[in-house]
Amino acid sequence: MADGSTAIEVDGLVVVRGGARALDGLNLGVRGGAVTGLLGPNGSGKTTLMRCVVGTQRVTAGRVRVLGLPAGAKALRASIGYLTQSPSVYADLTVRENLRYFARVLGVPRARVDRSIATVAVGEIAGRLAGRLSGGQRARVSLGVALLGEPELLVLDEPTVGLDPVLRRDLWELFHELAGAGVTVLVSSHVMDEARHCDELVLLRDGRLLATGTPGGIQASVGAEHLEDAFLRLIEQEQAVGGSVS
Amino acid sequence: MSARITLATAVRVLTQLRHDPRTVLLLLGVPCMLMTILHELLPAPFFDRYGGVALGLFPFIVMFVITAVATLRERVSGTLERLLAMPPRKLDLLLGYAIAFGAAALVQASIASWLALGPLGLDVAGGAVPLLGVAILDGLLGMALGLFVSAFAATEFQAAQFMPAFVLPQVLLSGLLGPRETVTPWLRHVSDVLPLTYAVDAMQRVSAAPDLTATVWRDLGILAGSCALALLLGAATLRRRTA
Repeated sequence: MADGSTAIEVDGLVVVRGGARALDGLNLGVRGGAVTGLLGPNGSGKTTLMRCVVGTQRVTAGRVRVLGLPAGAKALRASIGYLTQSPSVYADLTVRENLRYFARVLGVPRARVDRSIATVAVGEIAGRLAGRLSGGQRARVSLGVALLGEPELLVLDEPTVGLDPVLRRDLWELFHELAGAGVTVLVSSHVMDEARHCDELVLLRDGRLLATGTPGGIQASVGAEHLEDAFLRLIEQEQAVGGSVS
Repeated sequence: MSARITLATAVRVLTQLRHDPRTVLLLLGVPCMLMTILHELLPAPFFDRYGGVALGLFPFIVMFVITAVATLRERVSGTLERLLAMPPRKLDLLLGYAIAFGAAALVQASIASWLALGPLGLDVAGGAVPLLGVAILDGLLGMALGLFVSAFAATEFQAAQFMPAFVLPQVLLSGLLGPRETVTPWLRHVSDVLPLTYAVDAMQRVSAAPDLTATVWRDLGILAGSCALALLLGAATLRRRTA
């Protein structure tokens, strides 16, 4: 994926879950070869949007195109690395066995297992059952699985929650390294502080797009000094507009 | 079809079992315990008549429960969503499950059959090989049905209830407890379409006569067909896209 082109196109996307509109007519584009942060409070639709991109979410209306193909297309499955929000690894396998299984499923060489183990720093616990690990350790193993292949697109749902600050910094460096090599990285977070690590931001609230742009651009557009303030002002603006219409 | 993914999945499921020695112990020990109880309980002619059928029922029941719970766990833990976002086809995964649990059924049926035919002195006219063959097919059928019904359970509590809900009626109507010929017509029709009926019939015939008659082969064919059908239905319930 060439740097600068659009890797993900979302067009009029609507998802209804349990009678409520989880995504409410979303339009956006995600730049290829960049780290894009998907930010918003819990329940804003981040996970639903990511599942649409990966192709595991039933969509009510609209369309999503990924790397030029409809989301969920078979040809895409080997090109996307996906980290689910709750760690999805086998509790009754060891860390290494988990990684080995997913590596075989993906058909990548065994050396990848060791590389992933080093990347997410689980070497010391590689022989322990995933079910016996702490939540943060399990999250790292799950991230290790997402990094096993050679994806063109990485979709990571809250990959840094609850992690050690040093590891968190290393991971952000890794995301940028991958983006530099042409990988499109879509990372969600509910912590505004993480937004500064991203090249581009997508701000979501109540299933609707609040703003997109670079962190600096979004701050400047509303004259805020911090992203947290920018987010608040954007919400206030939206409510003011909504109020004048109704 | 990907042999690599199927094989990797089979190895993974067996590795999970290996990490759970208590389940393995129960899996292999319980049929032996039940056979011993049956042996002590029944006079020799009755043990010869029902022992074979019991050898066929244990793999069916145990494999049903284990597969229903294992598949439900895969759905709930998010690992299934992760796998289906990757290259595997559903059938690659299902066949991996079938190989792993089929191997477990083989070991289980072998140990229980050895105990019954050896130390407990079970006398079956058809001999050990047909007995074992039917028992393994029964185990595979239990696995395939367990996989299918797991789609209808949202929690482990519900999955556990499927044992009495799906297995016991089949056992009651299989002709094991009372002759199927004299039952109310509509129940007879129900029993005609339940696969366990043919499993019990095959076991009874293998126990009673030395030759594999055409009826036994018909039973085995129906059992194999039911396995394939349940696996395909199971594949249809593994949804790539969920709400």
